[in-house]
Amino acid sequence: MLRNALLVALREVRRNLLRSFLTILGIVIGVWAVITMVTLGRGATRAVSAQIATLGSNLLLMRPGQRFGPGSANAPNFKLADAAAIRDQIGGLSAVAPAANRVVTAVYAARNWSTVVTGTSNAYFDATGWNLVRGRRFAEGELRAGKAVCIIGETVRSKLFGSESPVGSRIRLKQFSCTVIGLLRAKGQGAMGMDQDDVVVMPLRAVQRRLTGSVDVNTLFVSVGARADIDRVKQQIAALMRTRRHIADKEEDDFRILDTRQIAETMTSTIRIMTLLLGAVAAVSLLVGGIGIMNIMLVSVTERTREIGIRLAVGALGREVLLQFVIEAVVLSALGGAIGIVLATLGSIALASAMHVPYVFDARICALAFFFAAGIGVIFGYFPARRAARLDPIEALRHE
Amino acid sequence: MSSDAPQPLVALRGVTKTYGEGASALSALRGIDLDIAPGEFVAIMGPSGSGKSTAMNILGCLDTPTSGEHLFQGVHVERLSRTQRALLRRHYLGFVFQGYNLLARTSALENVELPLIYRRWPRTRRRAAALEALAAVGLVDWRAHRPSELSGGQQQRVAIARAIVTDPELLLADEPTGNLDSQRSHEIMALLAGLNRERGVTLVMVTHEAEMARYASRSVRFRDGLVEHDDAASHGGEQAA
Ligand SMILES: Nc1ncnc2c1ncn2[C@@H]1O[C@H](COP(=O)(O)OP(=O)(O)OP(=O)(O)O)[C@@H](O)[C@H]1O
Ligand SMILES: [Mg+2]
Repeated sequence: MLRNALLVALREVRRNLLRSFLTILGIVIGVWAVITMVTLGRGATRAVSAQIATLGSNLLLMRPGQRFGPGSANAPNFKLADAAAIRDQIGGLSAVAPAANRVVTAVYAARNWSTVVTGTSNAYFDATGWNLVRGRRFAEGELRAGKAVCIIGETVRSKLFGSESPVGSRIRLKQFSCTVIGLLRAKGQGAMGMDQDDVVVMPLRAVQRRLTGSVDVNTLFVSVGARADIDRVKQQIAALMRTRRHIADKEEDDFRILDTRQIAETMTSTIRIMTLLLGAVAAVSLLVGGIGIMNIMLVSVTERTREIGIRLAVGALGREVLLQFVIEAVVLSALGGAIGIVLATLGSIALASAMHVPYVFDARICALAFFFAAGIGVIFGYFPARRAARLDPIEALRHE
Repeated sequence: MSSDAPQPLVALRGVTKTYGEGASALSALRGIDLDIAPGEFVAIMGPSGSGKSTAMNILGCLDTPTSGEHLFQGVHVERLSRTQRALLRRHYLGFVFQGYNLLARTSALENVELPLIYRRWPRTRRRAAALEALAAVGLVDWRAHRPSELSGGQQQRVAIARAIVTDPELLLADEPTGNLDSQRSHEIMALLAGLNRERGVTLVMVTHEAEMARYASRSVRFRDGLVEHDDAASHGGEQAA
């Protein structure tokens, strides 16, 4: 009986290509949407975590102002002496680097490229885990004198130098020129278009004198030693800074200390919300796809009530006709689901590489989307067919 | 059976059929008694709307009477389950619909094969039998055509081929020559009469044409949902085989 129904069902699938195609299409779209959205969300989360890991897990980032970004304008910047005070008075630190930065257009030969110039000390490389592939770090004399030398990131190198070797060449930043003395090892692109290699590092004094025109620093990088307690260190630094910045007991901090773990948590939770949102959008498209499948199934069973009547009249049992319809629905749904999974996988891989996030295969989402879409196909193939298969043949034949 | 008369193959006892309810109710059959013996060839005649098709549908186990008894080989069909009635249709009955009722988008050959699929015949045997039935109605060359590509008369002949392909015990044909020209009609009647004579197929046929009714051994006339005339009654059952 099963084999028989299978043969009849397959013949009907072939015979009604348009109807079959539409059913499959509905399922494909639903499955595709859910899998792609969720996969990309997962990939973005992973990319952010990986990127944060490249910063090192024991890095503190200090910024003036309570919020990261524009709000910090009201609060006074840090002084160079703040960095020295932290280094001298807090125990358990492995590096403290003050930094000031500015967006500048760098020019070499006929090429130019807008990038961020960070003025800092050699401690910066230790704190943020940068290594050099070529050249050297700053010499003591260069730092002290604020000489126009720089170490560039991989992106800046490729934009300005192409295939040329950069070390020893001079690039122009704003109105002064600057000798390239080193090249940073690439950290790779981060999520959301953040390119970590798009940097130029110079001695702090050179940036202060030639670009920002002040002796302030706007960021302090503090690397905490492996055995120290980060939370305790944070408290100590905060207390020290409050006295140095003359903050009264009742007032809030006018600076902020972030540790990389905290940043990671904030970013992953943001991305988790985004993934949920995308998932909700995807679920809606799955639902719409499901309604499409439902519609096609209902219409086709109504259309086919006469067919059911004919089959019953020549001696088919109600359950044989029903089995045929269920097999048709299962075959179409499974086919649609499989195509959806394949397309979603290919699409996710392509989109993931375009968005610079890793592709993360998730079997559970595939299974969920597949069974949801297929389930709708089967259920809405089954119930109307069952109603028709219970009619007297003559009633089914009269059906309009 | 205690009676002297042979058991009828199929019998209707006081069968009524009412469509609809209340004021709009319509009595298509108002108490039909009909005994058909094995091997008979019965022609049912009567004006349009007299209930011929309704009675045929009940005889073909496609519809259930509102009241009365329907016996097939002594079995009360009206008491059988849906599945049992389907099995009766599958193994004993062949039906030619007034409106053909072929599967659309399906070739003539596959339409004729359909009853054999449900009889679980193997493919090659099925194919051979279907071709033979198509040959009998003169449509072998049209086997690959779909109903929409066939004339009304050709569709009717495909429907006949589908009904005879199983070699049924009882063949019910509702105006099988309604759409055929006179020559074709005679050919089809010769075919049906041959099945009745040579293979002992019991035949009940609705027709409007007296000329076609002459092929039958007995004629029954319907009027207003009742049997107005039955050869078997007036001739003292001489037709019983
Ligand atoms: N499904 C139905 N619903 C309501 N009335 C019906 C239905 N089928 C048949 N009838 C009515 O029952 C009566 C008998 O119909 P039936 O089809 O048996 O006539 P018939 O003798 O076969 O006529 P014809 O020679 O035109 O085929 C008619 O009055 C018809 O209108
Ligand atoms: Mg009729």
